Amino acid sequence: MKQSRFWAWLVFGIGAAYFLIPLIATFEFSLRMRRGYYSFDSYASVFSDPKFQQTFTYSAVIGLLSIIVGILVVVPAVYFVRLRMAWLRPYVEFLTLLPLIIPAIILVYGYIRLYNSSSIIPFTGSAVGTDILLTFAYVTLALPYMYRAVDTGMRTIDVQTLTEAAQIAGASTPQIIGRIILPNILVAVLSGAFLTFAIVIGEFTIASLLNRPAFGPYLQNIGANRAYEPAALAIISFIITWGAMSMINLLSRFAPRTSARTD
Amino acid sequence: MAEFLRVDNLVKSFGTTTVVKGVNFTFNKGEFVSLLGPSGCGKTTILRMIAGFENPTSGSITVDGQDITHLKPNQRQLGMVFQAYALFPNLNVGDNIAFGLKIAGMPAEQRRARVEEMLKLIGLPGFEKRYPYEMSGGQQQRVALARAIAPRPRMLLLDEPLSALDAKIRVSLREEIRAIQLDLGITTIFVTHDQEEALSISDRVVVMNAGNIDQLGAPHEIYNKPATRFVATFVGHLNTIEATVASAANHQVNIDGQTVTLPSLPSGAKDNAPISLTLRPEVLSVGERAGSDIALTGTVSDVTFLGSVIRVRVALGKNIISLDTFNDQRTAPPARGDAITVSLASKDLLIL
Ligand SMILES: Nc1ncnc2c1ncn2[C@@H]1O[C@H](COP(=O)(O)OP(=O)(O)O)[C@@H](O)[C@H]1O
Ligand SMILES: [Mg+2]
Repeated sequence: MKQSRFWAWLVFGIGAAYFLIPLIATFEFSLRMRRGYYSFDSYASVFSDPKFQQTFTYSAVIGLLSIIVGILVVVPAVYFVRLRMAWLRPYVEFLTLLPLIIPAIILVYGYIRLYNSSSIIPFTGSAVGTDILLTFAYVTLALPYMYRAVDTGMRTIDVQTLTEAAQIAGASTPQIIGRIILPNILVAVLSGAFLTFAIVIGEFTIASLLNRPAFGPYLQNIGANRAYEPAALAIISFIITWGAMSMINLLSRFAPRTSARTD
Repeated sequence: MAEFLRVDNLVKSFGTTTVVKGVNFTFNKGEFVSLLGPSGCGKTTILRMIAGFENPTSGSITVDGQDITHLKPNQRQLGMVFQAYALFPNLNVGDNIAFGLKIAGMPAEQRRARVEEMLKLIGLPGFEKRYPYEMSGGQQQRVALARAIAPRPRMLLLDEPLSALDAKIRVSLREEIRAIQLDLGITTIFVTHDQEEALSISDRVVVMNAGNIDQLGAPHEIYNKPATRFVATFVGHLNTIEATVASAANHQVNIDGQTVTLPSLPSGAKDNAPISLTLRPEVLSVGERAGSDIALTGTVSDVTFLGSVIRVRVALGKNIISLDTFNDQRTAPPARGDAITVSLASKDLLIL
């Protein structure tokens, strides 16, 4: 008993050290901007940089748009596959895994070839068009996570019977999805949303090649040209990501509950 | 009485298997009708076609003079209660009941009044703010009933609404459903595989067998005059006696060595041919009784005490039959191994 607990703690300690030491080292380094003693100067420098604010805002907006588009695409798709085309599920599942297999660089070169300014759909011909294309790219990148989150959410409810109960009460399909299905899987959808947000905030390749003023390329630029700010930015990014993840945890407590009591 | 629901030649096939084989029936306004049959006989499929969740392969469904065969479920103005309650987990009881009213665009004030009225009807006043997971199964199913009838549907459809509940609540809730149905006068179709449930609360019962209707009638007709052997065995307990024809000319049969004279035999009965006789346990009585013209002797093989009724199993030879006798507090029930004489009126024998 004692023995096994010792080994468990040892493994846990090694794992924790593996993650925490680089983090602590980075944090410590980010405090050393002023010679001789610790300060938050590097953080002040980051936050006061107008480019930080601009790129972060830009990426946050694109992140929100990606979440909205992702929900609008994935929720109805998963719903209809579960309800009417169960045989399609393995194929859809495979399809949603592709973004993990295909590198982002290939995706973005494909986009540029298909949607360049001299193509039939010249998304890259304007800034707004490129923003739309970037949003779609991020929806695709986040698809494996969003799909799985939504699919897991729908597994916890009886989609077919709830649909029929709403339908016989007079509800149309958009009403059923909006008032019954979505609210009941909201926590799952939000966890997909936070993952999407975390991906979008840090993404470099696509934003850079589409030449948009996103947070990822800004991070890379600072990292190549400054000493202490990159460490501060790494810590800030970590806190944002960690915050998004803990929101998922927090929200799962508010999931609607069911009970199949027989009394 | 006014015909309200009409089902004509309804057929449903899934792939190559036909599960509903051309059924016809008409129900009257305000009637409570049960679809009764063993699992897999097509009851749910018929109900789902009436609700609009399945498209009939052929045939038509008419409600109140309107052909609804090809309408979507949300255009049919019907109410439905499911076996698994199917309350919306994200909505509280009040919002669950108000769901159909809201969809129909009823103003909030009227909605609130209707919800209150419904909660009173199902005996759960003041439960508006509760969530489904905070309630017992019986309460959840009553809320589901209220949700189904709140928008004043033209018809109420119930698919085994009591099957997920414990035995005790099942009996009290079925009586409650019937009382509410009588109160509102709403035409109701109740699907069940439980014959006692169907017989006890229905105006009429449709007995289904493998996609066909075997019999449609009032509960006492189904029980007393079963149209087919299937109905006779499925509804209530039925004794079957394997006998041989002793004399076709004299209507005599031989039951384990005892010769019995019957009022008639099927035409074509030949001497020494086997014949099956069936009878309900309650038509048999212990000892000789006025009005009984057949007496059989045997040995008590088992006694089951059911409270007001005692079920006695009697071995006549290789045939064993059950009989029900009222519990008489002044006399001891028959004991296993006792010799016993049982009697019946020959008109109560069914030859199916
Ligand atoms: N969607 C379906 N696809 C294929 N077969 C089905 C489907 N729904 C029902 N069946 C089959 O139809 C038959 C009747 O089913 P059902 O109407 O549910 O019976 P019951 O409600 O009387 O138990 C069953 O054999 C069942 O397996
Ligand atoms: Mg069924």
